[in-house]
Amino acid sequence: MRNRMNAWALGFLAALVVLCAIGPTLSPYDQSQQNLELKATNPSMDHWLGTDSLGRDMLTRILFGGRVSLEVGLLATAVAAIIGVFYGMVSGLAGGRTDAAMMRIVDILYAFPFINFVILLMAIVGREFWLIFVAIGAVEWLTMARVVRGQVLALKNLEFIVAARACGAGFWHIVWRHLLPNVMGPIIIYASLTVPGVMLLEAALSFLGLGIQPPDASWGVLIQEGAKSVESYPWLLLYPCIFFSTTLLALNLLGDGLRDAFDPKSMSQQ
Amino acid sequence: MIRFIVSRAVQGIIVIFAVITITFTLSKMVPGGGVRNERFISKEAQKAQDEYYGRNKPWLVQLGLQFKHYATLNLPESEHYKGRGVDEIIASGFPVSATVGGAALLIALAMGVPLGAFAALRPNTLEDRSSTLAATLGICAPSMVLAPLIALLFGLKLRWFNASGWFDESDWVLPAMTLGIIYSAYIARLTRGSLRETLAQEFIRTARAKGASETSVVFLHAMKLASLPVLNYLGPAAAGMLTGSFIVETVFQLPGLGQFFIAAAINQDIPLTIALSTFYAALIVSFNLMVDILQAALNPRIRLQA
Repeated sequence: MRNRMNAWALGFLAALVVLCAIGPTLSPYDQSQQNLELKATNPSMDHWLGTDSLGRDMLTRILFGGRVSLEVGLLATAVAAIIGVFYGMVSGLAGGRTDAAMMRIVDILYAFPFINFVILLMAIVGREFWLIFVAIGAVEWLTMARVVRGQVLALKNLEFIVAARACGAGFWHIVWRHLLPNVMGPIIIYASLTVPGVMLLEAALSFLGLGIQPPDASWGVLIQEGAKSVESYPWLLLYPCIFFSTTLLALNLLGDGLRDAFDPKSMSQQ
Repeated sequence: MIRFIVSRAVQGIIVIFAVITITFTLSKMVPGGGVRNERFISKEAQKAQDEYYGRNKPWLVQLGLQFKHYATLNLPESEHYKGRGVDEIIASGFPVSATVGGAALLIALAMGVPLGAFAALRPNTLEDRSSTLAATLGICAPSMVLAPLIALLFGLKLRWFNASGWFDESDWVLPAMTLGIIYSAYIARLTRGSLRETLAQEFIRTARAKGASETSVVFLHAMKLASLPVLNYLGPAAAGMLTGSFIVETVFQLPGLGQFFIAAAINQDIPLTIALSTFYAALIVSFNLMVDILQAALNPRIRLQA
C-alpha cells in the first residue's frame, strides 16, 4: 500500500519535471504573451486550461511557473545541503568544545525569526532570482547540520575509520571516501524533505510580492494573481493551487517513503 | 530547575540582541546606507533627522545606540509613520495578530490532538487511514492556498463572514480557521506517532497489569509522555504562525503586525523594521522558554538533567 503510493508519487514528480522542462517550449504560446481579446476565458481546445485576466495561456504559464518553482526548490535545497553537511561534518569531527559551541550556535539560530530576515533581504537588497535561493538556503540548513553531525559522531570511532587512519589515510581522504558515502542516505532523506519546505517559502515570498516578479511566473506568483481575481474567476486560483498542492503531496510522500526505507525504526512508528 | 530557566533566559536575551545586530546590519546594506532619499526634505531637516536617528555616527556607535534603545525600552519614532513611536505601532497591530494567532493555536490543538489520538488508538483501521489522509492533505494546503479558498467559500459565496477587513466582532474567525487547520494537520501527525510509540512501552503494560482502566491508561499515563513532542513542536509552530500570518493578514487585509512588517521593509522604515524583528524574536524566545519549562515540569528525565 505504502510502496504503491510512493511509486505513484515518484511517477508523478518525474512526469511533472519532464512536462515543466519541455512543456513551455512545445506550447504554441509564450508564457508572457498577452491576448486582450481572450481575457479570462474558460478552457477550450486552443487553451487547455483557459487564459488569465490578461489573456495569457494558463497551461503554459503554470508549466513555466512550475519550472521556476522546482528550480528554486532544488537549488535552494542544494545550498542548504552544502552548508548543512559541511557544518555538521566539521562539528562532528572536531568534537569536544568546538562541537559543543557549534551546536549551541545552531540551537540559538533555531530561535531566530528567519522569515523576517528573508523578507527584509528581499525588500531592501533586491528581488533577484539568485538571491531567493541563497536567502532560503541560508535559512534551511540547520536540521541538515544536526543530522549529519549525529551521523558523523556515531561513525567516526568505528573500526573501519580507525583502521583507515592507522593505514595513514589523510583527513580529506577519510571524509571523502569513508564518511561521506556513509552519511549519504540521511542526507538524501533530509534533502528530499527540505524541498517542499523550500518551495513553500518561495511561494510565500512570491505571494507577498517579494520573490519572483511578474511577468515571470512561479506558482506563488500565479496563486497570488489568482487570489486577486478569485471572486470573478475562481479557476485562475484553482489550477495553480492544484498543481502546487499535488506536488507538495508527492514530495512529502516521497520523503516519508525514503525515510521509512532507510530507517526501519520510523517505519514501526508509522 | 532555576539554573536551567536562567540559562535558557540568558540564551534568549543573546538571541534578541543578535537579532537587533543582524537586522541593523542588513538595513545598512541598502544602497545609500539606509538614508532615505526624500526630495521634499530640506538639507537642515534631513540633518536633524540623521541627528535624531544617530546616522551621522560611526557604525559601532549606532549599533550601541540601538542596544541602548532596546535595553532601556526607550524606542525611537517610525520614519514612515511620522510622529508615531514604534512601540505605539506595535501596540496597535499586536492585538489583531494575537487574537488571530491565539484562536488559531486553540483551534489547532482542539482539532489536532483528538484526531491524532483517535487514529493512534485504532491503528491500521479505516478511521486511522482516513484521519492520517486528512492530516497529509492539510500539510499540502499551505496558507496561500487555503486562505483565498476559505475567503471565497465562507466570505464571498456563503457570506457568513466578511471576506476581508477588521471591522466586525467575528472577523477573526476565517483567518484563525485558516491557520488552525494547517497546524492541526501537523499536530495530528505528531500526536498519532508519539502516542503509538508510547502505548507500546513497558510502563503502559505495567499500568494495565496493575488494573488501571483503559481511560486512565491512555489519558493519565500515556498522554503525559506522548504530549512532549507536541509541546516541543509548539515553539516552531508559534514561529510558523507568524510566517503564516504574513500571508493570512495579506489575504484577509488585517491591520496586524505582519502587514506593518512588510510595509516597513518595503518603505525602508528601518527603526520600525528593527523594532518589529526584535518583537518577533522576543515572542519566539518567550514561547520557547515557556515550552522548555513546561517540558521540564512534565518530564522527570529533563528535570534531573538540569
